Amino acid sequence: MYHHTHSTVGPRELPMARSMCWHCQSEVAGEYFCERCVKVQPVSKDLDYFTCLGFPRRLTIDQHQLETKFYELSRAFHPDFYQNKSAAEQTISLGNSAMLNIAYRTLRDPIERAEYLLDLEAGSVKEIRNSPPADLFEEILELQDTLSEYRAAGHASETESTLRAKLQSERNTLEQRQREMEATLQQLFVQWDTLQDRGEATDQARTERDRILKQMRENLSNRTYVKNIVSDLASTIG
Amino acid sequence: MARIVGIDLGTTNSLVAYMADGRPRVIPDRHDRTMVPSVVAMTDNGLIVGDPAKEHLTRNPERTVYSVKRFMGKSLEDVQGELAYFPYHLTEQGGVIRIKLGEKTYSPPQISAMILKELKRRAEAHLGESITKAVITVPAYFNDSQRQATKDAGMIAGLDVLRIINEPTAASLAYGLQQKMQGTIAVYDLGGGTFDISILKLKNGIFEVLATNGDTHLGGDDFDRQIANLFVKEISEQHGLDLNAYPDHMQAVRLEAERAKIRLSDELKTTAILDLPESKGRYSRDLTRDQLESLTMELVERTLGPCRLALNDAGLTSSDLDEVVLVGGATRMPLVRQHVEALFGKQPHCELNPDEVVALGAAVQADILGGGTTDLLLLDVTPLSLGIETMGAVMSSLIRRNTTIPASAKEMFTTYVDGQTGVDIHILQGERELVKDNRSLARFRLKVPPLPAGVPRIEVTFLIDANGILNVSARDVRTGATQSLAVKPSYGLSDDEVERMIGESFKFAADDLKARQLIEARTEAEAILMATEKALKQGSHLVGEEDLSSIRASMAAVEAAKSGEDHKTIRAKMADLEKATHHLAEVLMDTSLKAALENKKLSELTSGK
Repeated sequence: MYHHTHSTVGPRELPMARSMCWHCQSEVAGEYFCERCVKVQPVSKDLDYFTCLGFPRRLTIDQHQLETKFYELSRAFHPDFYQNKSAAEQTISLGNSAMLNIAYRTLRDPIERAEYLLDLEAGSVKEIRNSPPADLFEEILELQDTLSEYRAAGHASETESTLRAKLQSERNTLEQRQREMEATLQQLFVQWDTLQDRGEATDQARTERDRILKQMRENLSNRTYVKNIVSDLASTIG
Repeated sequence: MARIVGIDLGTTNSLVAYMADGRPRVIPDRHDRTMVPSVVAMTDNGLIVGDPAKEHLTRNPERTVYSVKRFMGKSLEDVQGELAYFPYHLTEQGGVIRIKLGEKTYSPPQISAMILKELKRRAEAHLGESITKAVITVPAYFNDSQRQATKDAGMIAGLDVLRIINEPTAASLAYGLQQKMQGTIAVYDLGGGTFDISILKLKNGIFEVLATNGDTHLGGDDFDRQIANLFVKEISEQHGLDLNAYPDHMQAVRLEAERAKIRLSDELKTTAILDLPESKGRYSRDLTRDQLESLTMELVERTLGPCRLALNDAGLTSSDLDEVVLVGGATRMPLVRQHVEALFGKQPHCELNPDEVVALGAAVQADILGGGTTDLLLLDVTPLSLGIETMGAVMSSLIRRNTTIPASAKEMFTTYVDGQTGVDIHILQGERELVKDNRSLARFRLKVPPLPAGVPRIEVTFLIDANGILNVSARDVRTGATQSLAVKPSYGLSDDEVERMIGESFKFAADDLKARQLIEARTEAEAILMATEKALKQGSHLVGEEDLSSIRASMAAVEAAKSGEDHKTIRAKMADLEKATHHLAEVLMDTSLKAALENKKLSELTSGK
């Protein structure tokens, strides 16, 4: 879908992928519109979502600022405002809007934002966990047993209500667990941002960077696993 | 830029609106009626639409189409369960429903096009200019096939459909503009045949849809059906009559059920009266609001699930909402209002006429596209997830539901066998895991150069445009060449078929025109005959015998022409009659002038006092 850039250079320093206006061939100084002929310029597909929305590659983002920027760019790119323009401009408007929408959707959600950043920094990560995290192994196995007992139990039977209560308490425990994981993730996000802000290029900084990325990856996949179990549970016991 | 109108193409009624001086207005007809009933009747004199067609519902039920919106983008199988309720005959061809009217069959987009043409004519007559561009609204929960069918209808009607927009979002535009509404709002839209719920954020002129949900088969029609079923059952019990054998009476039952429902929004009790066939006399029954509510409770409750899902998808609870807005005629029912208020914990808004607000919003969107309104922007979402079929008949999601549109996703395809020259792709829409539980949208075959397995790399882009309609393109990554795709819709008209229908539509237009001219000429002839009759009563003693006999002869000629089929003959005879009455008119004019001067009433003069 997009190219993975492994550079740690701040997005502001990234050269724009295009250098010439598609329409008047002048060098484009403006960010989204040619300064000379005012035609909309295609947002490069190589641009990452952070750069697209004008944010540094950080995991803490001010939601309000992000929304303001999204609205501002929507007003610049949306096809509604290109109805009377040339076919070429309409195509660019459509492509830019679609890119902007996916960028905003990804960055708006802290978890998706982190997954996306991991993807950018360390290559594809969305490994899908099939077995429970080690520290939850026993608990999950027991839960699976209770779940199948519950499904087999007769409607409105006594066994059913006992099992339901048990499952409900399991659900509370797991939800608590999910919140803890999210809190840990939040700490990792802050660590990441701090490290980036320092901008050091030492070996120590590199080791630190790899450690944070690794922990984030583990936490993210554990959280997804637990979250899926919780929503399964929720839909079973209603 | 030519004017763009906004059209609400409804299940029961349709409207057209335009923007003037920064305010949207609905266009009325000569009798000040804003709604065109979405009814098309095939008469001996051709097709008629709207109010005159509505009269044919009971007179000619098998050749009068109503609620055609329910069939847009559907196959016969999709609507199997409710076929029995419709007196007209449905068949299927190429995955598209066809409606049989006399010798010919029509697709739902063709029938819808007739309604659109009526609206187009109305707008042209009102604005005194030719109308060729429009924004048309659809239920937010309409899938790709239903949207495409609506766009096809516009094309067949000779309209350039610049945008398909969602009904609840259109309503929010009208509220945002006219009531200066801001914040997080829920739009609850219960129309004639469809239900939508949309959650939006309104901020500084941006209307961002956060989530939408709904049921494209739930609306006022279903409420009427509950009541009608009760009447039919009771008539069978009390009179031993199965009304199902009498399509005209079934229509009368349906219409009386609708009227009773409407009356019960204001009254606590009403009486339904129906004439029975076979000289069985009359059926008369009191219906209370309580009875209506117990009949329809389940239907109203069915709207609550989608509301909760939409809130959940938006990541909100009802306490986060600032406002709730009601749209659609069915929201006039007190039971609906109570449920909405209980669910959202807020008194809902209904300041703008729920029948007109969608058309008004469509006009606002039309003005945005035309460049007139520049401070408002609608950011809508796709209601259903889009994906493709993968191994094991499982759907793999590419664009998730409630993603802001335009939205795109890219997918890379390659081959599994050496020299393989094609890859079949099946596009789906829906939230379920298995292919069979989702809606099949289209299929196409990707052309691949014959190379060793795994070498070809074809990138396919799935793009949902601002209309919520899917566009697919493909590019060979190795050569950079783009590939044109022949995407075959699963439940839609092919491009060729739409082309052919546009052509036919012009041919029908000539027939339609003839039929309309005939109806108009007859109506006017009727009026002139009545006026002459009246004039004769007032002034026959003021003119000579010669005049009188000439007038009588001309009147008979008009009468004769009126029962003929040629509007030109009617017009010619009307002109003769006007000549014949010339002297009488003059005399009457003089007399009335004199009367006015003498301050006497004409009646006093002519009554011989």
